[in-house]
Amino acid sequence: MTSPQPTTSVVLVTGVAQDLGARVARALAAGGDLTVIGLDLIPPRHELGGGEYVHADERSAILPRLMADRGVDTVVHLGLASAALGRAAAKEANVIGTMQLVAATQSSPMFRKLVIGSDAAVYGAYGQAPARFTESTPLRAADAAGLARDLIEREQYGAALASRRHDVVVTTLRLAELIGAGVTTALTRILTQSVVPRPMGFNPRLQFLHPADAVRALTAVIREDHPGVFNVAADDVLSVSQVLSILGRPGVGLPPSLRPIGDFFGGRNAVKVNNDQLALLTYGRVMDITRFTATTGVRPQYSSRRAVEEFAAFGEPGMLSSHRVDALIEQVAHVLSPRNARG
Amino acid sequence: MAEAEQTPYGDPLGFAEGEWSDAADPAEEFGEAPEPEAPNESPNELGHLLGDLLDLAARAMTRIKDVPPETWQEIVEDPLSAALQCADAIGVKWERSLEHTLAFARARLAGDYAVDEFGFDPEFTEVVLLPILRLLAEKWFRVELRGADRLPAGGALLVANHAGTLPLDALVLHTVIHDATGRHTRMLGADNIFDTPYVADFAARIGTAVASPANAARLLDNGELVTVFPEGFKGLGKPYAERYRLQRFGRGGFVSTAVSAGVPIVPVAVVGSEEIYPMLGDIAPLARLLGLPYVPVTPTFPWLGLLGAVPLPSKWIISIGEPIDTSAFAEPAEPGAPVEADPVAVMRITEQIRGRIQARLHELLAERPNAFPHLSDLG
Repeated sequence: MTSPQPTTSVVLVTGVAQDLGARVARALAAGGDLTVIGLDLIPPRHELGGGEYVHADERSAILPRLMADRGVDTVVHLGLASAALGRAAAKEANVIGTMQLVAATQSSPMFRKLVIGSDAAVYGAYGQAPARFTESTPLRAADAAGLARDLIEREQYGAALASRRHDVVVTTLRLAELIGAGVTTALTRILTQSVVPRPMGFNPRLQFLHPADAVRALTAVIREDHPGVFNVAADDVLSVSQVLSILGRPGVGLPPSLRPIGDFFGGRNAVKVNNDQLALLTYGRVMDITRFTATTGVRPQYSSRRAVEEFAAFGEPGMLSSHRVDALIEQVAHVLSPRNARG
Repeated sequence: MAEAEQTPYGDPLGFAEGEWSDAADPAEEFGEAPEPEAPNESPNELGHLLGDLLDLAARAMTRIKDVPPETWQEIVEDPLSAALQCADAIGVKWERSLEHTLAFARARLAGDYAVDEFGFDPEFTEVVLLPILRLLAEKWFRVELRGADRLPAGGALLVANHAGTLPLDALVLHTVIHDATGRHTRMLGADNIFDTPYVADFAARIGTAVASPANAARLLDNGELVTVFPEGFKGLGKPYAERYRLQRFGRGGFVSTAVSAGVPIVPVAVVGSEEIYPMLGDIAPLARLLGLPYVPVTPTFPWLGLLGAVPLPSKWIISIGEPIDTSAFAEPAEPGAPVEADPVAVMRITEQIRGRIQARLHELLAERPNAFPHLSDLG
């Protein structure tokens, strides 16, 4: 299944205003052998390299004609509306957008591949979860709400296309939480509060993915054919306590019912913690990446720890940054040392 | 092995010759067992025990009064080494030098340690928890571990009885097996552990995983020793009068797990855990209110408050049985039907293993007629 596909030549990437979409578009265009079209309603903040930006989204009426005129053969669906839009609008963009994007692919006779950038959030987070989710772990679709529900429905449109058209390759990548230099996600907004509110009495396991590794994984499945669903993450695991230690930020355990107080801690920069994130910070989420590495031969180069360390190094140092902790330990050592024995 | 031919699955344990079918009725067998005191005599025995404990406390108070003032002076001047010396005196072997302690604190505060995908933190377990548990196991419960050499080198499923109101037996088992073999036993715990604040955190740190086929298979494939307590909360929360009467072993999910992972089942009998918190009653309405499996009433709890959480110093014997090869079970009774999918076969094997552990418990109880021997030696 790892034969290079010379037929990949015109790639449409959605969601290029977001960091990951822009990085993928640039990486694909940098090869020089592909035509890259970037789609988004918001103009990307950074250049797309050799890629071409089109001001449209998945629901735009021009999409079918664009596909046909440019002979798009590969669609990379990374666009995902955040909750900032409001729940109804985000759902509309994510679910109806994916439906219309899949419908529009029919206009291009050249179309042969759909790559969906999904998220580990489809698995949910709960006390009885397996230590590592495999691709065959049932998704908690019934309980899912909000963004997780959108993500599951996005994947379902891909699965439906794959079962309908056997000539089309559909690849879904479930990416772990992105972290690295300058990355901003819902989770990093919580973790960068000066005092991080967290559900008391839980120390969940987290797993991360560096954006460079996410781009590497996506380009691998764009350039080669690997149909199916794959988990993509760094293999190692960090507890929330470890992440906060690396970031040098104190955490404060709160009962989940006191979530408004948690918001209060953020002050002006208060972050609303939604149910998905609350579950993640209570139970954690770790994926099994055996299928992806065995099928594609691509191994993430950043460990979760290195990715978080890079994020910490580029961010503002926390209240408990390592030099302050060292100074504190020196003081404690001084107090505890036998006063007469040591000079 | 001569007796191996006697039963369909052999009798590799050797301690339950011909007792397979007898064990099906544990209550009846319990009555015939060489148990020295009948359960209804327990209040009397406990009364003596309480007297001994009070005596012990009085002696400890006298000792504290006898400490010379210079010693107090030394403690104030060097509190850390005094604390470590104190811990050392009672048998907790924590890291002794200040430099080591500080280096450890620095690494912990910097997040510079590893946890696995289950949240298991071997460093915390070995450096902080095991020294305390070792004291409890060696000095308090005087645990005698038998048959540690029977533990297979690779993955294996340890099946043990469960009792004592709080799951101290699991922690003590982890400690003594770690000290005998250098390996961590990984426990499979009930779902609700992982929904309970603090309990979830602690359980994961010491290597407990949610009991599920996927988790068990992952641990066994990694060659770990995995411990299950099939009695679950039914075993932990049983009244004192029913001690050493094994509860139902669930639906025998552990048998299917071991068969499909291709690992042996190692029966483990724990004697002593059933006396540590003699549960005389259960405040069921309060338990319902707090969402707990039970709220125990013991001779010391809740009367003595937190002191009531100090376990009684019963004498423990942990006996590890001969591993049972599960590949014999894997042969389908009917063609095309794997044994793990056949509930009748699974229940039969489950009952046999339960019978072996029950029989072994009775043997060990006969060897240890008094649960609280040499209590006065503690002082």
